[in-house]
Amino acid sequence: MNLPTSPHEPATATAATCIPQALLHLHAVDFHAGGRHILQQVNLHLKQGQILTLIGPNGAGKTTLVKIALGLLAPSSGSVNRSADLRIGYMPQRLQVDATLPLSVQRFLQLAPRATPDEITSALHEVGADHLRHSRLQSLSGGEMQRVLLARALLGKPQLLVLDEPTQGVDLKGQAELYKLITTIRDRHSCGVLMVSHDLHLVMSATDEVICLNQHVCCHGHPEMVGNDPAYLELFGKAGVEAMAVYTHHHYHEHDLHGDVVGEHMHDSNCQHSPAHSLLLQPQHLRKDSH
Amino acid sequence: MADFLWRAIAAGLLLALVAGPLGCFIVWRRMAYFGDTLSHSALFGIALGLLFDLNLQAAVVVSSAAIALLLVALERHKSLATDTLLGILAHSALALGLVLLSFTPTQIDLQAYLFGDLLTVTTSELLWLVVGAGCALAVMLTQWNSLLSFTLQTELAEVEGLNVARLRMLLMLMVALVVAVSMKIVGVLLITSLLIIPAATARLFARSPEQMALGASLCGCIAVLGGIAASWFWDTPTGPSIVVVAALLFGLGSLRKA
Repeated sequence: MNLPTSPHEPATATAATCIPQALLHLHAVDFHAGGRHILQQVNLHLKQGQILTLIGPNGAGKTTLVKIALGLLAPSSGSVNRSADLRIGYMPQRLQVDATLPLSVQRFLQLAPRATPDEITSALHEVGADHLRHSRLQSLSGGEMQRVLLARALLGKPQLLVLDEPTQGVDLKGQAELYKLITTIRDRHSCGVLMVSHDLHLVMSATDEVICLNQHVCCHGHPEMVGNDPAYLELFGKAGVEAMAVYTHHHYHEHDLHGDVVGEHMHDSNCQHSPAHSLLLQPQHLRKDSH
Repeated sequence: MADFLWRAIAAGLLLALVAGPLGCFIVWRRMAYFGDTLSHSALFGIALGLLFDLNLQAAVVVSSAAIALLLVALERHKSLATDTLLGILAHSALALGLVLLSFTPTQIDLQAYLFGDLLTVTTSELLWLVVGAGCALAVMLTQWNSLLSFTLQTELAEVEGLNVARLRMLLMLMVALVVAVSMKIVGVLLITSLLIIPAATARLFARSPEQMALGASLCGCIAVLGGIAASWFWDTPTGPSIVVVAALLFGLGSLRKA
């Protein structure tokens, strides 16, 4: 174990007691390329069984940070520590598969190093893609493709899953299912998950911690806390607030509050969002999930 | 039958065999322009060889390899779009080769290098082809899955522990080598077509990467035999005849598929 303890890093404050389970630790990571600062002083700590989501606008350096975490890029300064012999399952943003390359799902999965037929069967089953085994890779829909990529990431029995925008090109219903699947996989394998997402409202319910990134860590913490953080609100503006409002609305469903009338939403001690949020709630968002 | 015909058939079939799988990678990775650049600049190697009185085949192999490495390096720091860069390199190397050739003491049959002259393949040229094609085939057979993974998703391949920088270079060097040892067969202007057309034809029917690679080799062999036959019976130029047969096969395949 080569994890340095860093008392100045807020994210690790609670994790200090869990060091044996720590999978990944980035400390004060800077990255610049072509005279441009892409990442500045980024800290990240990921434990076994934890889902950590990176959100941020385009160009915020999310993919760069993922590549640094994976070891594909070296940081300009700062330290990256992975637990010894960490098995990583990586799900790339997309497959560069050319239309001229005839490849079945099965053959694609066989390309994973040391993948046995049994492992392929169980990985496909786990992501609910058994029926796709003999399909051509190019014939898959967005959601099916993401499931197959997830299956491939599972083949190496990963301790850490790194998912770069796992719901790209997936419709709204499929996105929710996919996030649910990721949570299930985390529960079953008790692996750590580091993912990049754009789908603020959906990912909020599927993650333990959020890092809001815009070249530096704007804010981080529990999704609801991040959703109320001024830095988050500033970064994502109205759209982000709406996204959070939908999430919070989900939350209120559980408390049996119906959100038909937006303006008269009741605030009580359980209410974790500021009144300003609910004023921004758009009726269509409510209709979407008040069935 | 005459010796030269056997040599021509052996050389053509050998080239078709290696061009099949290599051509597949060129098609999958959209490297057609790379092939063009490498083949155009092969003439530059010929000119250098003649000027400095070197073994021509060795000069072409070395200069093609050098240009392949240059391409890999240039691709890394992109200041121009790749196709522009390749266009500049391909045609300036070709032009430079032609200019240099005018300074050489011995006049060579330029047409043989531009369009190939399979029927005059010598035993030593055939040996070069055996060695070059053999090396490329051996690398592709042993590295097949790695090359395939790398073609599919570079980052995923890298996370899974493959050395992608090495694979990229290996692929470029193989193209350079095959282009260099086969320029006598179809000529610098037509080499890329022998890499691409059979692969494109096989793709119409293949259901796996391996089927496509074998199918491309097969299509290439048919094209070589057909081209040599046409050349034998109707006295057409051999290199272009081979490409015409390959193109006909592609046309027939497309019609059948449609």
